[in-house]
Amino acid sequence: MNFGDLDLNAVWFVLVGVMFTGYAMLDGFDLGVGTLHLFTRSDEDRRLMLNAIGPVWDGNEVWLVTGGGALFAAFPAVYATVFSGFYVTFVLLLVALIFRAVAIEFRSKQPMRWWRQSWDVAFCGSSVASSLLIGVVMGNIAWGIPLDARGEFCGTLPGLLRPYALLLGVTTVGLFMMHGCIYALMKTEGPLHHQLRGWVNQCIILFIMCYAVTTMATLLYVPHMAARVRANPWLFSIVLLNMLAIANIPREIHHGRDGRAFLSSCVAMAALMGLFGLELFPNLVRSNPVPAHSLTVYNAASSRKTLGIMLTIALIGVPLVVAYTTSVYWIFRGKVRLNQTSY
Amino acid sequence: MDVLALSRIQFALTSAFHYLYPPLSIGLGVMLVIIEGLWLCTRDPRYHQMARFWTRLFALTFAMGVATGIVLEFEFGTNWAAYSRFVGDVFGSALAAEGIFAFFLESGFLAVLLFGWDKVSRRVHFFATCMVCLGAHFSAIWIVVANSWMQTPAGYHIVGEGLLARAEITDFWAMVFNPSSMDRLGHVLCAAWQAGAFLVVSVSAWYLLHDRHWDFARRSLKLGLAVGLVAALLQLVSGHRSAVGVARNQPAKLAAFEGLYDTAPRAGLTLFGWVDERAEAVKGGVAITGLLSWLVHGDADQPVTGLRAFKPEDRPPVNASFQAYHVMVAIGVAMIGVAVLGFLHFRRTSWFGRRWVLWLLVLSVLGPQLGNQLGWIAAEVGRQPWIVYRELRTFEGLSPVVTANTVLGSLVLFSAVYALLFVLFLYLLNDKIQHGPDVDDLTPSGKLALPAREPRS
Repeated sequence: MNFGDLDLNAVWFVLVGVMFTGYAMLDGFDLGVGTLHLFTRSDEDRRLMLNAIGPVWDGNEVWLVTGGGALFAAFPAVYATVFSGFYVTFVLLLVALIFRAVAIEFRSKQPMRWWRQSWDVAFCGSSVASSLLIGVVMGNIAWGIPLDARGEFCGTLPGLLRPYALLLGVTTVGLFMMHGCIYALMKTEGPLHHQLRGWVNQCIILFIMCYAVTTMATLLYVPHMAARVRANPWLFSIVLLNMLAIANIPREIHHGRDGRAFLSSCVAMAALMGLFGLELFPNLVRSNPVPAHSLTVYNAASSRKTLGIMLTIALIGVPLVVAYTTSVYWIFRGKVRLNQTSY
Repeated sequence: MDVLALSRIQFALTSAFHYLYPPLSIGLGVMLVIIEGLWLCTRDPRYHQMARFWTRLFALTFAMGVATGIVLEFEFGTNWAAYSRFVGDVFGSALAAEGIFAFFLESGFLAVLLFGWDKVSRRVHFFATCMVCLGAHFSAIWIVVANSWMQTPAGYHIVGEGLLARAEITDFWAMVFNPSSMDRLGHVLCAAWQAGAFLVVSVSAWYLLHDRHWDFARRSLKLGLAVGLVAALLQLVSGHRSAVGVARNQPAKLAAFEGLYDTAPRAGLTLFGWVDERAEAVKGGVAITGLLSWLVHGDADQPVTGLRAFKPEDRPPVNASFQAYHVMVAIGVAMIGVAVLGFLHFRRTSWFGRRWVLWLLVLSVLGPQLGNQLGWIAAEVGRQPWIVYRELRTFEGLSPVVTANTVLGSLVLFSAVYALLFVLFLYLLNDKIQHGPDVDDLTPSGKLALPAREPRS
C-alpha cells in the first residue's frame, strides 16, 4: 500500500504504544488477579479467581508478544539495545511469565493440597514479579539509560535498579492489583464477591498513594517527563482526564457499577500511557546523561518500505484481532461458574 | 566457555525444548478437526468423547508451547542484539505478522475450544477448533518463512557498511517466498502432523495393550494411523524437495549432510558412517555410487559440489550435520514402515498375539519427536558458520554488551526451570492418559446436547 507522505515512524511509535497499552489493560488485570490470588482462602475461591481470567489470559499475553514483534520490526535498534541492555530483567520476566502460564494450567490438575498450594504461590509470586519488572523497565525508559555513540547500553545492572525505577515497579503492581480486583468483582458473585468488594477500596487507596508519590517524584527528579505538557498547556487536559478517570473509580465502585469502574481504570491506563508516549516522543530510548545518543523514531527505525508493509499488515490484522477478541469476551461474559473443563 | 558458545547453547536448548510442543499442537489440532468433523457428520457421541479426551492432551501441550515460546522471541534481542539490528527490517516483519495473524487467532479461539463446550453450539465449537488449528499452521508458516530467509535470503539489499550494515527489504513477497521457504514449510508441517498423529497412535496402542477403552482406542488408532501414514508418505516428497533445494541454495550444507568432500560426477549416497573431519573422509560408511548425483540432478553423471570447494572457515561442522541428517532420514523412512505395519495388523484377530506390534506403536510417538529435533539440528548446524547465510556470521550476531557470566547464569536458570517443567509435563500427561476418556462425555451437555442419533454398532 502507498501511504503518501505520512510520517510512518510516528505512526509506528503510536502503534507500538497502542500494543503495550492494550497489554497493560488486558494482561494487567490477569496479573492483578494473580497478585490477589493468595489473599483468597478456600480452594473454591482460588479456582474462581483463576477461572475469572481462565479463557482470556493467554490471548492477553499475545499483546506483549505482538508488541515485542512490532518493536523488533519497526525499531530493531531499540529492540536490540533494550533487550540486551536489560538482559537480567528480561530473563527474570521470562521466567516469571513461564511460571504464571504453567501455574494456571497445572494448578487444578491434581487434588493434592501441597500441589495446589505450591502452584498458588507460584501464580501469585510470578504475577507480582512480572508486574514489578514491567514497571522497572518503564521506570528506566522514563529516566533514561546510558547509551554510547552507537546506541548500545553502557550502564550496569545495579544502575537499572535506581529508586525511581523501583517506585514505578511498585506503582505498576498497585495499578494492576486495583485493575485486577475490579475485573474479579465483575466476574464473581456470592461471598467471594463481597470479600473482593472489601478489598477493592484498599487497592484503590494503595494505588492512589503510589500514583501521588510517583507523580511527585517524576516532577521533582525526572522533569523531562513533564516538559511537553509544561510547554503546551492544552495537553494538561490529558492529565485532567487521567485524574478524573482515577477519581471516578471509587465513585463507580460505591454505586456498585463495576463495569464502569473497570472502564475508568482502562481510561486511566490509556491516559497514563498516552502521557508517557507524549513526553518520550520522538525518543524511544532516552540517553541519560548524553541526550545526543538517544534512540529516536527516526534513527532507530526500519526502512520506510518495511514500515509501510507492516502498516498494511496491521490494517488487515487489527480488525480481525478486535473482532475475535470481542467475540471471545462476549462468549465468556457474565459471572464465572466452575465446571469440569475449568482450571 | 565464551559468550558465543554459551549463547548458542542457550538458544539451542530453549528452542529445542520449545519445539517439543508446537508440532504436537499442530498435529493434534488436525486430529481434533477430523474428530469433531466426524462428530458433526455422524452425531455419534463416541466422537464427542474422543474430541473431549484429545482436547485435554492438546491443552497441556499448548500451554507448554505458549509458556516456552515467548522466550525465543525475547532471546533475539537479549542474546543476539547485533543480529536483531541486522535483520530487524526483514525478519521482524515476519515475526510481527506471526503475532498478529497467528497467535491472536490461536489464543482467542483456544478459549472457546477448551472452555466453550457448554457455551456454544456444535457448529461454533467446530469452527473454533478449525480456527485454532489454522492459527497453529499460520504460526508455522511465518516462523518457517523467517528461518528460511536466514537460510536462503531473498528480496533484500544491504544498506550501510561494517558495523552499521543491515538488510533492508526490497520485495516483501520475494522475502516470504524465498527459495527454501515453501519446501521447508511442507517438510515442517508433515513432521508436525506425524508428531500429533503418532501421539494418538501411541496412547491408543497403550490402551489396547492393557485392554482398556477398547472401542475408543480402536477408533483413535485408526484415525491416527491414517493421518500418520499420509503425512509420512508426503514427507518423502517434501524431504526430497528440501534436499534438492539445499543442494542448489546451500551446497556446503548438503555436502556436510552427505559427508561429501570431493566435487565429482557420480557422487555416492552414503547410507551411514562416521565423518573424520581431520582426514576429510567418511569412515566405515556404505555408499551407493551415483545415487546422490541422481537424486540431486536426476542424472547420475552430474557432479555434486563437495566440501573442498569451500574454505575451511566457511564449512559447517560436518559430522554433527551428517549424523543428525542421516538419523532423521532413517526415522522418516521408518515411520512409513510403522504406519503400514499398524494398518496391516489392524483388522487381524491376532492382535493380542502380536504384542510387539502394539509396543512398537506405543513407542512410535518418539519417532517424530526425535526426527523433528534432529531435523532442526541438521538445518541449523548445517547453516553454520553463518547466522544469515553468506551475509552475517554467527559470532557477528551476538549482543556486544552481554558477558559470558550473565549468559551462563541465564543458561543455568533456564535449564533448571525447563527440567522441572518437563518432569511435571510428563507427570500430568501420564496422569491424563491413565485417567483415560470420560464416560460422562458420551452424553454431551449444555448447548451441545442436541438430539443425537443412536450410535451405529
